[in-house]
Amino acid sequence: MDLPRIWRLKSQRYKLEGSQCKSCQKLSFPPVQVCSDCRSQEIEPFRFAGKGSVYSFSTVYNPLTQFTEFVPYVVALIDLAEGPRITAQLTDVKPEDVSIGMKVEMVIRKISEQSDKGAIVYGYKFRPPIK
Amino acid sequence: MKRLLQPTRETGIVGYGAYIPRCRITAKEISTIWRGGRDIDNLPVDEISLPGPDEDVVTMSIEAAQNALLRAGISPDEIRAVYTGSESHPYAVKTTGTLIAEVLDIAPHTSAADLQFGCKAGSEALLAGVGLVGSGMADYAMALGVDSAQARPADELEYTAAAGAAALILGPATEAVAVLEGAYSYVTDTPDFFRRAYRKYPEHGNRFTGDPGYFKHIQASISTLMEEMQLRPEDISALVLHQPNERFPRKAAKTLGFSQTQLETGLLARKLGNTYSSSALLGLTAVLDSAKPGDRILMAGYGAGAGSDAFCFVVTDRILTMRDKAPDTHTYIYRTLPVDYLTYARLKGKINTGGE
Repeated sequence: MDLPRIWRLKSQRYKLEGSQCKSCQKLSFPPVQVCSDCRSQEIEPFRFAGKGSVYSFSTVYNPLTQFTEFVPYVVALIDLAEGPRITAQLTDVKPEDVSIGMKVEMVIRKISEQSDKGAIVYGYKFRPPIK
Repeated sequence: MKRLLQPTRETGIVGYGAYIPRCRITAKEISTIWRGGRDIDNLPVDEISLPGPDEDVVTMSIEAAQNALLRAGISPDEIRAVYTGSESHPYAVKTTGTLIAEVLDIAPHTSAADLQFGCKAGSEALLAGVGLVGSGMADYAMALGVDSAQARPADELEYTAAAGAAALILGPATEAVAVLEGAYSYVTDTPDFFRRAYRKYPEHGNRFTGDPGYFKHIQASISTLMEEMQLRPEDISALVLHQPNERFPRKAAKTLGFSQTQLETGLLARKLGNTYSSSALLGLTAVLDSAKPGDRILMAGYGAGAGSDAFCFVVTDRILTMRDKAPDTHTYIYRTLPVDYLTYARLKGKINTGGE
């Protein structure tokens, strides 16, 4: 069981928490320790709002074992409203209904289960806006 | 003997939120699979909600709670308790409430507890939240009723065992959309429905389900609360009862002297099934979605084992500005994805894949 990893990543997974460079304001997700633009190490946490649009996507039919129960599912590159492009699963949408440019919003869903006696991993996925 | 439960400090609901997963299976489909459709003209509900492959009590709770926070407009870190009532917590040992609190920025300065009492775990959480706020110990507390109910394949429970979540934030009456006037709880030891530890599916003690279970307890809680508060049915704008199907709450309302019109807005069972711990609370969120200031709402949860909690609320002017800040209950009721029995069986983990 990779419990330290689950615990370490919870702010990213639960809150879409990345980072912002205090020197040049560049936003990053996942968070960085050194700014990739200006090399500053003056970095602070930044919470993304969880709104974005689909840049590109692919439907997965042959998953890693821990994602078997979700097949078929869509993995998308999502342009967050604040700028960064991230990778995330889409949910509550059929693969055939996904399109490039589609607006999406973040929700918290089950990412995987480490067997029926292990920890359940929760985190962000994206879906078409509900309202 | 004082039987009425009333807080020392005036307390009410300052925010409420609903969540219902979008998958639906019709009772007709279930009947066709297991009974050759022979009871198709006498089904307890039209369809039931069920969670998607990546949904459970934690994820449903979070979205309901987010909607409640949007309406309340308070900072999450002002909440001092997260009480989650459910009989389908994903962990036997590890609290659902800590996950909700962490995701929503309520943690760490809060208490969190998971409650269970059959289908009334949600109203039990509400009562605990009222106690905390109404005593002045805390300004805000969150109560959730949420479930993803289990039913053995071919069991008649399959027709109604559904999923949903409702969240209520309790706070001072001055900030409330609905102020609590009084509450009353009634319990007896009744073997109408139970699930032993480590068992996947519940058992029902058939002859105890109706009169000795549901009707006795829910009628006792409502009639005693009304008697203590000197209320008559005509004083009530909307009655919300736990709804294991559509017939039970209709019959109970009639026995208690209420009209079917008073029951209509909060009766969601035909389209959702029995959402267990969220059943009565989702009825309440649906009523609040269209309530007028001054409306008096009577709500009673029922839980097997058995017991019933009854609450009387009066709606305030704040409902008019707060309710549109989050999706209403019917937004989720109308957001549906029909599935067949095979998909349902897969989503509910009823297919044995041969794994350990």
